[in-house]
Amino acid sequence: MSGDLAIRLRGVVKRYGPITAVDGLDLDVPEGTCVGLLGPNGAGKSTTMRLLTAQAIADEGELEVLGFRLPEESKAARAQCGVVPQLDNLDTTLTVEQNLLVFTYLYRIGRKERRQAIERALTMANLVDRRKDRADKLSGGMRRRLLIARALVHRPRLVLLDEPTVGLDPQVRQELWALIDALRAEGTTILMSTHYIEEAQRLADTVLIMSHGSAVAAGPPAQLVADHAGREAVEVYGPPPRLAEAEAAARAAGLLTRRTGTSVSVLGIEAADGRAPEGERRPANLEDVFVLLTGEEID
Amino acid sequence: MASLAPERRLGRLERPAMTGVFVRELVNYSAYWRSSAFSSTVEPTIYLLAFGFGFGSLVSRVGGFEYVEFVGTGTVATAVLFSSAFPAMFGTFVKYKFQRTYDAVLAAPVDTEELVTAEALWMAVRAGVYGCVPLLVALVFGLDPSWGMLTVPGIAFVAGFGWACFGISIAGFASSIENFNYVVSAVITPLFLVAGTFFPLSELPRWAQIAGNFNPLHHCVELVRHAAFGFEGVTDLARLGVLVLFGLLMWRIAIFAMTRKLVD
Repeated sequence: MSGDLAIRLRGVVKRYGPITAVDGLDLDVPEGTCVGLLGPNGAGKSTTMRLLTAQAIADEGELEVLGFRLPEESKAARAQCGVVPQLDNLDTTLTVEQNLLVFTYLYRIGRKERRQAIERALTMANLVDRRKDRADKLSGGMRRRLLIARALVHRPRLVLLDEPTVGLDPQVRQELWALIDALRAEGTTILMSTHYIEEAQRLADTVLIMSHGSAVAAGPPAQLVADHAGREAVEVYGPPPRLAEAEAAARAAGLLTRRTGTSVSVLGIEAADGRAPEGERRPANLEDVFVLLTGEEID
Repeated sequence: MASLAPERRLGRLERPAMTGVFVRELVNYSAYWRSSAFSSTVEPTIYLLAFGFGFGSLVSRVGGFEYVEFVGTGTVATAVLFSSAFPAMFGTFVKYKFQRTYDAVLAAPVDTEELVTAEALWMAVRAGVYGCVPLLVALVFGLDPSWGMLTVPGIAFVAGFGWACFGISIAGFASSIENFNYVVSAVITPLFLVAGTFFPLSELPRWAQIAGNFNPLHHCVELVRHAAFGFEGVTDLARLGVLVLFGLLMWRIAIFAMTRKLVD
């Protein structure tokens, strides 16, 4: 294996006809860390996840997962990985316990360890009391916890989480963050795709921002903010002409700006030397970096 | 934290991978076995009763057999077709398109080849069991038991494997579930009717008799009939060979079709 990397991608390209979904992507995920793939819809995050399980085959580039070359040795890599998909694919007519039982077989857990593995996964996902319930009787949050439990049943070295909290209530999302954080604390390597900035900021040791299939920046969240958005920002509110005026003035002064919908954020004002406009001061954040690097317009 | 999964490099068509898929089907079957067993056995039995006693009142003997015995042995193939090709077509399509079950399975250490093989074997086992039901009904209605009938589950299994792979292939090539209407009307219905189940092919025009020899269902019908009334040596070995070849050909086509569908 290359150093202590759980995932190593070099120059990976994946095309679907005329569309290039992943365009020369380089990605390193060191063992024992949580890396967040952050990007808008269509940035290539889900395709990257499918490439890592060989459910999509790259047109160009090198892929290595847990020291196994992909796609040739993908099956051996998948034996050591757990995958939480973006879309629910539980067996809905089976109970919570039966869903886990099936995956103890698919992940080749020995007969003697099977029961213990199920109990451990149920405990970790806080589903012990719901073990006999059919999956279609569970709430959205419980189903997602069951998906995570299913991915952990064989104690994988690497967990791939594809948009783990998409479409969930804030309370349920926080519950899942605690679960993912506990997993990280155990030393499991995690690659998580998300378009929720807060999620990446809270959970990821390193964030890789993707846009149009390639990486546009990578680093610890705080470092990315410092490098790309500075330390402080000013929010300027007002009617559209006022916002346009503030934006033009800030740019003329060599400052970076971004629109938030209701305001204009002027970034890096700690270095503005009095050129900053009047407004509400706030610390720069990862969302500033995200919008600066991936663009303000929706494709 | 030590992983519970194996660390060695893994090969092709591994038993643990196929066992995993098989167990998934078995556990799911415990939730829907009643409806599945009902449709796969009652339909051919209705055919047997309707044709056996309906036509049987007009035609007493066909091909040297009592008509109810002729149909009773023939509808075994119908049960095999109904319990393999149809669930394979619809079940496979629903699992990859709507339930996304195969995405979950392929994220585990299972390849498409293993997935397709295990799914087809599971349906072949079911066809082997369900295929015996019309024969049991025919026994109740006067068909004499014979030792050869003990081979019927095996014949139904081999034929069921081929038809299951046929159904998986159709699901793999179809872009929508509505496309199945073309296959059912233009392929399965003619094969079902021109198989020698309800009337002997010898009564058909010469070209239809020749075409019938390319119908795997016809060879299944004939093998079951001979299992009940006496095997015909080399001819039946050749019929078995046709079913095995059909199964192997359809197996590879099903793997090709599903790989195209499941792996981008």
